[in-house]
Amino acid sequence: MSDITKQSLTELADNIKDKKLSSTDVTKAFIDRSEKSKELNAYITEDFTSALDKAKKFDQKPNLDLKLPGIPMAVKDLFCTKDVKTTAGSKILNNFIPTYESTVTENIWKEGAILLGKLNCDEFAMGSSNETSFFGNVQNPIDKDLVPGGSSGGSASAVAGQLTPITIGTDTGGSIRQPASFTGTVGLKPTYGSCSRYGIVAFASSLDQAGPMAQNVKDCALLQEVISTYDPKDSTSIDFKRNQYSKELTNNIKGKKIGIPKEYRVDEMPKEIEDLWQKGIEYVKDCGAETIDISLPHTSYALPTYYIVAPAEASSNLARYDGVKYGFRAKGENLIDMYEKTRSEGFGAEVQRRIMIGTYVLSSGYYDAYYLKAQKVRKLIKNDFDEAYKKVDAILTPSTPSSAFKIGEKTNDPVSMYLNDIFTVPVNLAGLPGISIPAGHDSKGYPLGLQIIGKAFDEQNILNIAFAMEEKINFKNKITEWWIK
Amino acid sequence: MSIDLKTIKHISKLSRISVDEKRAEKLAGDLNSIFDFIEKLNELKTDNVEPLTSIAETTLKLRSDKVKSKNIREQIIKNSPQDNQDYFVVPKVIE
Repeated sequence: MSDITKQSLTELADNIKDKKLSSTDVTKAFIDRSEKSKELNAYITEDFTSALDKAKKFDQKPNLDLKLPGIPMAVKDLFCTKDVKTTAGSKILNNFIPTYESTVTENIWKEGAILLGKLNCDEFAMGSSNETSFFGNVQNPIDKDLVPGGSSGGSASAVAGQLTPITIGTDTGGSIRQPASFTGTVGLKPTYGSCSRYGIVAFASSLDQAGPMAQNVKDCALLQEVISTYDPKDSTSIDFKRNQYSKELTNNIKGKKIGIPKEYRVDEMPKEIEDLWQKGIEYVKDCGAETIDISLPHTSYALPTYYIVAPAEASSNLARYDGVKYGFRAKGENLIDMYEKTRSEGFGAEVQRRIMIGTYVLSSGYYDAYYLKAQKVRKLIKNDFDEAYKKVDAILTPSTPSSAFKIGEKTNDPVSMYLNDIFTVPVNLAGLPGISIPAGHDSKGYPLGLQIIGKAFDEQNILNIAFAMEEKINFKNKITEWWIK
Repeated sequence: MSIDLKTIKHISKLSRISVDEKRAEKLAGDLNSIFDFIEKLNELKTDNVEPLTSIAETTLKLRSDKVKSKNIREQIIKNSPQDNQDYFVVPKVIE
């Protein structure tokens, strides 16, 4: 079969189960496609030889009862993978080989999947364009010199370019949903506490969540079913009854109440986004759902809050990279000099900037004015959602305020880069699940996404809404394969 | 508000990130524009708002104090910056 890489995860799993394809066939096809796609720069570390060995081993004694039988999969390089280099896109971890596996990836391998390699991302997941990676820009398969979004840019590019049938990313302020939107793919940020953070390189611990990125909603539901488990190794992992998301997936959303928040109609929002949102409203109505105008009054305060809370947590989390116990170490005249040079040479500009913001807002004399204030506003933002969910079952918004932009376009203006996450950040601050689905194109032919935000632990509901909408939208990504050599 | 070079130097010291004059000036510019943006929060009165300290309002589970990882010494030593089979050798951190 020549079109293996065009198949969805669900199709591949079915074909392997029906013995129409072997794991070796599938793994070879994705390796071959990845080899031809170097220009995308989606991988940081390739693990192809080992992947083929594992595929052959799987085929010798295939366990076809597994959910991901012999499926090859590349993952974001923020997940610790045992014996495979894990860099977090940073020079400071360029020589780090974990001796343990993250819970999320462990869950994936347990269901039969095979690691293809580690995917590029913004350094320590801090970025919205994949341009802060020590390992260089990632190209968006949609068009040359277009950013794939970030921080899970390598993941989004790899799924859209069919270098991997499916993948996982992490989302602290939009890092799954924004790149999904920029590449015409589906990305789910689960409820905080749904997927274990054990073994994920930490950025902002009260916001970080792992989640699936896929070609369609059903694949996304299947992977969420695999990765979401209660894990005692993460003290914020929550023990709740998890659904069989893919089995329980339905397009019947009749009578669901969908909130349309007026505050998301931001100034200077391009008309294309406004129109897309309006179309989204028509789609959910066509599916038999009801839309209700709601208000989330503190929406405009979410980004300023995020840019206090996230850097504060990051500055604390990244204090461990001091050149002493592991990772990159610079030479210094004395201990302090060694620390300062290690961190100055080992971290890139954006990471340094965020560590310094975080250090400042937590420093003596400024804690109350910034950090405590932000935690109070965060409460108000969460209260907005709690209030809204008394009236509605889910909320529909655009995923991003624009389509993908050119590489280099926003690198000199941090605030304009941060504004990319205006619609996704509130969801992380409130710990809620959100999914981005491709919903249309702009005048340049670039994909645009819509976001469905759910109640905490209500992933099934937003997956169902996304599934129903996907059917109506019938989105086709416009990819010319310009990068294939 | 305005973050001057002296403040940048102070934060750089607290962050243990060395910054030369040129970078310090660039950082001052960046941080000022970011903090201008953050100042928006002062529009809100929050005197009577409880800060959000935990996103999931559950009590932490207790676990029994038992060793679960056994015989992983080799694994732990593996990432030691210097090759030494018995110890984790690091630079002297107490001066």
